[in-house]
Amino acid sequence: MLDPAGPSAHAIAAVWWWMLGVSALVLLGVVALWLVAMGRHAPTANDDTQLGAGQTGRRWIIGGGIMLPVAAIVPLLIFGSPAGLHQLPLARSIAGETAAPPLRVNATGQQWWWALHYPASGVRLRNELRLPVGRPVFVHVGSVDVIHSFWVPRLGGKLDAIPGRIGIVRLQADQAGSFRGQCAEFCGLGHAHMVMTVIAMPAAEFDAWLTAQASVANHD
Amino acid sequence: MTEPNVQSATRDPAALHAEFEAVWGNPRGWRALSIVNHTSLAKRFMVTGAVFFLIAGLLGMLLRAQLAQPNQGFMGVQAYNQIFTMHGTMMMFLFAVPMQQGLAAYLLPKMLGARDLVFPRLGAFGYWCYLFGGLIFTSSLLLGLAPDAGWFMYTPLSSNTYSPGLGADFWLLGITFIEIATMAAAIDIAVSILRARAACMGLHQLPIFAWAMLVTSLMVIVGFPPLILGSILLELERAAGWAFFDPTRGGDPLLWQHLFWLFGHPEVYIIFLPAAGVVSMLVPVYARRPLVGYLWVVVSMIGTGFISFGLWVHHMFAVGIPALSQAFFAMASMLVAVPTGIQLFAWIATLWSGRPVWSVPMLWIAGFLFIFVAGGLTGVMLAFVPFNWQVHDTHFVVAHFHYVLIGGMLFPLIAGIYHWLPHFSGRLPSEALAKTGFWLTFIGFNGTFLVMHWTGLLGMPRRVYTYDPGLGWDIPNLVSSVFSFVMAFGIATLLLDLALHWRHGRKAPLNPWQADTLEWASGTPPRSYNFVSLPRINTRHPLWDQPDLPETIAAGMHALPHAAHGRRETLGVDPVSGRVREVIHLPGNSWWPLTAGSLLAVLCIALLLKQYIPALVVTLAAAAAMLRWSWENGAHPLAAGTDAHDLPHGLELHSRTFDGPGLWGMGMTMLADAAFFASLLFGWLYLWTVVPGGQPAASSPLGHWPLAVVTALFGAGLWILHHVVQRLRKGNDIGLRSRLWTATVCGAASCVGLSWLLATAPLQPTLRAHDAVLAFTLLFLLLHGTLAAVLTALQALRVHHGHVSLAAPYEPAVVAILWRFCTLACALAWVLMALLPLAFGAPP
Repeated sequence: MLDPAGPSAHAIAAVWWWMLGVSALVLLGVVALWLVAMGRHAPTANDDTQLGAGQTGRRWIIGGGIMLPVAAIVPLLIFGSPAGLHQLPLARSIAGETAAPPLRVNATGQQWWWALHYPASGVRLRNELRLPVGRPVFVHVGSVDVIHSFWVPRLGGKLDAIPGRIGIVRLQADQAGSFRGQCAEFCGLGHAHMVMTVIAMPAAEFDAWLTAQASVANHD
Repeated sequence: MTEPNVQSATRDPAALHAEFEAVWGNPRGWRALSIVNHTSLAKRFMVTGAVFFLIAGLLGMLLRAQLAQPNQGFMGVQAYNQIFTMHGTMMMFLFAVPMQQGLAAYLLPKMLGARDLVFPRLGAFGYWCYLFGGLIFTSSLLLGLAPDAGWFMYTPLSSNTYSPGLGADFWLLGITFIEIATMAAAIDIAVSILRARAACMGLHQLPIFAWAMLVTSLMVIVGFPPLILGSILLELERAAGWAFFDPTRGGDPLLWQHLFWLFGHPEVYIIFLPAAGVVSMLVPVYARRPLVGYLWVVVSMIGTGFISFGLWVHHMFAVGIPALSQAFFAMASMLVAVPTGIQLFAWIATLWSGRPVWSVPMLWIAGFLFIFVAGGLTGVMLAFVPFNWQVHDTHFVVAHFHYVLIGGMLFPLIAGIYHWLPHFSGRLPSEALAKTGFWLTFIGFNGTFLVMHWTGLLGMPRRVYTYDPGLGWDIPNLVSSVFSFVMAFGIATLLLDLALHWRHGRKAPLNPWQADTLEWASGTPPRSYNFVSLPRINTRHPLWDQPDLPETIAAGMHALPHAAHGRRETLGVDPVSGRVREVIHLPGNSWWPLTAGSLLAVLCIALLLKQYIPALVVTLAAAAAMLRWSWENGAHPLAAGTDAHDLPHGLELHSRTFDGPGLWGMGMTMLADAAFFASLLFGWLYLWTVVPGGQPAASSPLGHWPLAVVTALFGAGLWILHHVVQRLRKGNDIGLRSRLWTATVCGAASCVGLSWLLATAPLQPTLRAHDAVLAFTLLFLLLHGTLAAVLTALQALRVHHGHVSLAAPYEPAVVAILWRFCTLACALAWVLMALLPLAFGAPP
């Protein structure tokens, strides 16, 4: 996920780097404060500072305990939250550009492989998902046995595949290539080997491939 | 500041010790199995917890050995799945919670100026359940039958279809058995903090650790029942085929996740808060000044307790629940950073304004600070939903919770162990070895888990037994594995230090760290009765303000300095003000806790082997043992057969009043029961409203009126009990026994009604989740009705034997609480399950 290849993964990776930077600062700051406080000897004995201590203490607690977390969290929510929109199955992409109409794929988990199905063309694949570059794909995720989780780290976040339910996750690849998609929810003995290959192809190439596959599928 | 706080004349400490030891002392040899003393039981809890920690730690080492290299053949996938499940489950249920409860059981009475916890036999019973449950659960590893569905046992993977065999049953039955111990200890601790303290010690003067344990125990009491319910439902689904979580029969696997995390998130704070309490106790001692912002810290612990019940969904962001509720739970998850931040800065401010000294405990606390803050920061990141979608169920999460749990619990715990070590053993540890142990553990820990964040970001999911080379995961995994062995050496050094100190440590003075709290006045090592006389405490820092307390206590100059009467006594106080209300008399050593615990262990094994007839017989035997145990209360000769005449002016034994710890114990139990029932109702409403196609018909299969009749019967019993108590208060015991028998008949009649309903209602629990919940609710009510009837009948018998009377009128008030619960629960079931479908159900 640190080498993103789609808008959703891109947005999340950017947020991650910001969070890492701010967190590192906070951690270093707190540890430094602690060490300074340990090394420091308050100028006077307990009883003399008791009067002032109430105020100083309150300042520490309000400043560090309340203001600091709020100051860190509010920007995260404001600037970070749009990152999540990329993954929701909204009709338009958030930037508002006129993208091609979304492609629908059904991904059904079962012990221990993924069944992929393109309902418009009737094409079925096993542990292989092909996508057109630059076009949003709505993956309808379900399961026929236990809970699995659909996840292609380089394209975006995961969605659990739960028997009895269908969830929708939006994916988009910005570059052609082959990506790994590994089941992320523990699903039994074959969990470690439940891997699917995601192949992003240029749109024209993808259409040609899909047409060819569809004719094969419909002839059978 | 030192006011003359002396109530009795000085007596010879040695003679006093002999007098008290005769009543409180522990028997030796095989009779030691009947001990109920909190110090002895707490030591057993901690040693047992430490052994489980070492076993679970070794399992963790095996996992790291397997993952050290790609495609390694160190162990197979079956073994790996069992081992990671056992590692997580044992650390959470067999180590983290019991260990802290053990520490609390050891320290709290001493910190609060009491002689024992208020339910000593319950404490012993809890220990046996914990030990036997832990042994049964751990034996599954040796048998090769260990559970292998992960420590949160997601169904359908943990269902009969996908996990045949005994593994999941070991988890569900074994863990539920162990939870009895956790609940028992939580109730014991909570009631003891509220009711058994030094005279005048108000809530605002409690040591912070007591506050932490009070909040934690209440969280256990409310937080564990959802899991217990979930486990029972899942076991019913596995063993009897009832449908609860199966989507093809109207159930929903997500219901398990809700019930599990409804427990599971508070669990994290149940583990963290006691440790935070330890830090708040230690920092002021080594900073040589009182804690800054005592009130802030208390309020933030209470706040954490509340918020933690609103976070559970953040473990389920990836299941595709609506965006709006995701946003709500994300905000709540981030909000919890505020109370934690307040505590953190209260500690820093305390150090800042004090004169801190470095010591071994402070070293571990500094380690805690670094690790826990780092874990808290990744926690805020995880609460951020889009990021969570990426790293959920990867090694990033594994790294995060090890930072939070090891940093937030293990490090403060070790700091606490070093701090209180002279109290346990009377000896001091070696500085050099202790420091080596710390640095090895600290470096090993960070080397293992800091890198693991990166492994997760590189896309490695958790719970995979191996991985292919060339994914970039090889080196970080190797680094983690190597450093995990460094950490293991650190823990080994620590153990060596603890073992050596027992033989070679220097003798510790009475209060080696110049601490401020009362436990250091109970002797190092402590006496079985803690305090010969019970001082009045009107400060947060008794030993700083009254340095002569240890001597005046030992000389018997404070309250209740007699034991020749043979009773174990401690003061019962007002929960808020600490004003003395009565003298609590505690039971002595007893074989009933061990008997009941052993019978429950047999029950657990019988259920595992699916031998239901023997299971039923053992259940009845266990119930009989517990009732027999409850017989030795009140005016029974083994409890307090004769009235006491040597009590301080105006005080009576609690069984001679209407006010004792049992009322609170029953209240807390009913609180847990209410949480259980509320979770069940939540499940009912959830299956009805959220699950597709879950809408029941407008006419409930239970009919409109049968439950109303049962409610009325329960209400009649409650009304009678209520009147019995009122008449006793007025000094009127005419017809006491016959009234109690009438109430028993009401209870029996409601049981008949419920059984009739169970037998005749058109319920198909194996076919429809909706019917399964209804049937389970009826069983729940039936069990409570039976309990109410039996306990009331027992009261009538006790009146007959003179154990309950006008002179000892305490117990009917305790039983009345159970009746109140039965009536309310039945009324709620009637309204929600019989009437609500009329209004909102679909026409048939």
